[in-house]
Amino acid sequence: MKRQFMLGMAISAFSAGVAMAQVAPENVEFADGAIAQSLSGTAGNADDGKKVFGTAGLGNCVACHAAVIAADIPFPGTVGPALDGVADRWSEGELRGIVANAKIMFDGTIMPSFYKTSGYIRPGDAYTGKAGTEPLPPILSAQQIEDVVAYLLTFKE
Amino acid sequence: MKQRTIKTALAATAVLGLAFAGMASAEPVDDTLVIDGVEIVTKAAGAAHLDGALPEAMSGWHFRDTETRAMQADDFDNPGMIYVDRGLDLWNAVDGTEGKSCASCHEGPEAMAGLRAVTPRVDEKTGKVMNIESYVNDCRTTRMGAEAWGDKAVELTDMLALISFQSRGELMNVAIDGAAAPFYEKGKEIYYTRFGQLELSCASCHEDNYGNYIRSDHLSQGQTNGFPVYRLKDAKLTTPQGRFVGCVRDTRAETFKIGSDEFNALELYVASRGNGLAVEGVSVRN
Ligand code: HEC
Ligand code: HEC
Ligand code: HEC
Repeated sequence: MKRQFMLGMAISAFSAGVAMAQVAPENVEFADGAIAQSLSGTAGNADDGKKVFGTAGLGNCVACHAAVIAADIPFPGTVGPALDGVADRWSEGELRGIVANAKIMFDGTIMPSFYKTSGYIRPGDAYTGKAGTEPLPPILSAQQIEDVVAYLLTFKE
Repeated sequence: MKQRTIKTALAATAVLGLAFAGMASAEPVDDTLVIDGVEIVTKAAGAAHLDGALPEAMSGWHFRDTETRAMQADDFDNPGMIYVDRGLDLWNAVDGTEGKSCASCHEGPEAMAGLRAVTPRVDEKTGKVMNIESYVNDCRTTRMGAEAWGDKAVELTDMLALISFQSRGELMNVAIDGAAAPFYEKGKEIYYTRFGQLELSCASCHEDNYGNYIRSDHLSQGQTNGFPVYRLKDAKLTTPQGRFVGCVRDTRAETFKIGSDEFNALELYVASRGNGLAVEGVSVRN
């Protein structure tokens, strides 16, 4: 009983630590489109990242990107380039920067900014069609960004 | 890795992409729409006013799969045709305090031939943008003593089907000059504005990426010549502005209302991008 309690304390202390290490969307620092530091302070999990990649309500990266490694996710889109080999082409920090706000790396790109909360025209409340109030929650959380980056780091050729 | 290298990297993936091309052909289907022996124009030279933004205007029909295209090519298989018949019943039905039907004043629906190809247009007297839906509701409220049909009411879409069908095969020729000019400009501005949390404009999908797939959806040019559209997914008819609502919502934006000044201007502008394409009457899409 006591031990379990201690463990519980340890876990909440740990998550408090995570909350402190987390970088809020408005405080993210980009250098040449890249973000050097982890946004969540916790290492990304590639399996969770795959979920973010393939789920419509999350990253929905598959709406625009195909990749051989993700071939089991059906009907990938062709709006963006195939992502095979992105881990060879880009560093972790660059991939983090691209996912958080691709418009800094690729000026004017159609790729959405996943870790951004304001500066929108007619921002909505998610997919309801109703008005949203800025700051909006970012499309992906800090940890989801880390997870999808961890997944992208497996895209080697 | 900087901007410059990405270009080469992307070029490399583009070449690689060709290897996959077999899995989903990105090109619009090369096919001809013939209904009852009559060819319907589904491709036309891009309208001059677009300054080359669309080298060729193409109906959304070209971007749908074989079964869906075939359905539209046969009026017995086209589920939207039922609504044309229902529209005819409404046309002849007396409604409102004046005891009149549409037929009382307009005689047969053939009187409406050609209208669909030139609307939306600006009404000379009121200076307002009028599409068929607004004409119909104007007659109901000001001439019949009846209530306006709702934006998505089946009566309204049935009537739109009947009236559009009278212009099947006629080439879209929406005016953009004179009184229409300010609405054209406003519609154009909306078309290129990147709305919502996804920061996407109509052009992001329907000008820059038609022919590409967004997930399993084959992106068309977002033309309106086919409307009303029977959507297999909804099993009912949709108006152009009803479709716009869904497209704006999907950018995680606050949509505009059907019949708003913004959507009226946008509908006029979008229709003009399809000038030269034929009115399809009632089309079928997924
Ligand atoms: C609406 C379409 C769209 C969505 C959704 C999208 N992207 Fe992109 N992405 C693009 C485009 C287009 C590019 C090419 C960059 C440009 O515009 O020049 C790109 C580029 C990239 C690149 C660099 C590609 C390379 O070959 O070097 C990566 C990595 C990437 N995206 C990852 C993602 C991830 C991860 C997600 C989901 C969290 C995602 N994208 C969602 C459209 C999209
Ligand atoms: C009391 C007579 C009357 C009735 C009933 C009536 N309309 Fe009209 N409608 C008119 C008149 C008058 C005009 C204006 C014609 C003009 O300006 O040239 C008009 C215009 C229209 C127009 C625009 C046509 C054009 O070429 O400019 C449409 C569409 C229309 N009516 C549809 C309907 C429908 C559908 C109904 C039944 C729901 C209906 N009307 C009922 C008298 C009527
Ligand atoms: C994220 C991409 C996206 C954006 C942005 C978008 N649409 Fe669409 N739109 C689609 C998809 C997907 C379809 C269904 C497949 C197709 O016809 O392209 C569609 C269909 C349409 C159609 C039906 C075409 C037909 O022939 O049935 C019209 C009209 C249309 N869109 C207009 C617009 C307008 C106007 C805007 C801007 C307000 C817009 N869309 C913004 C994705 C988009």
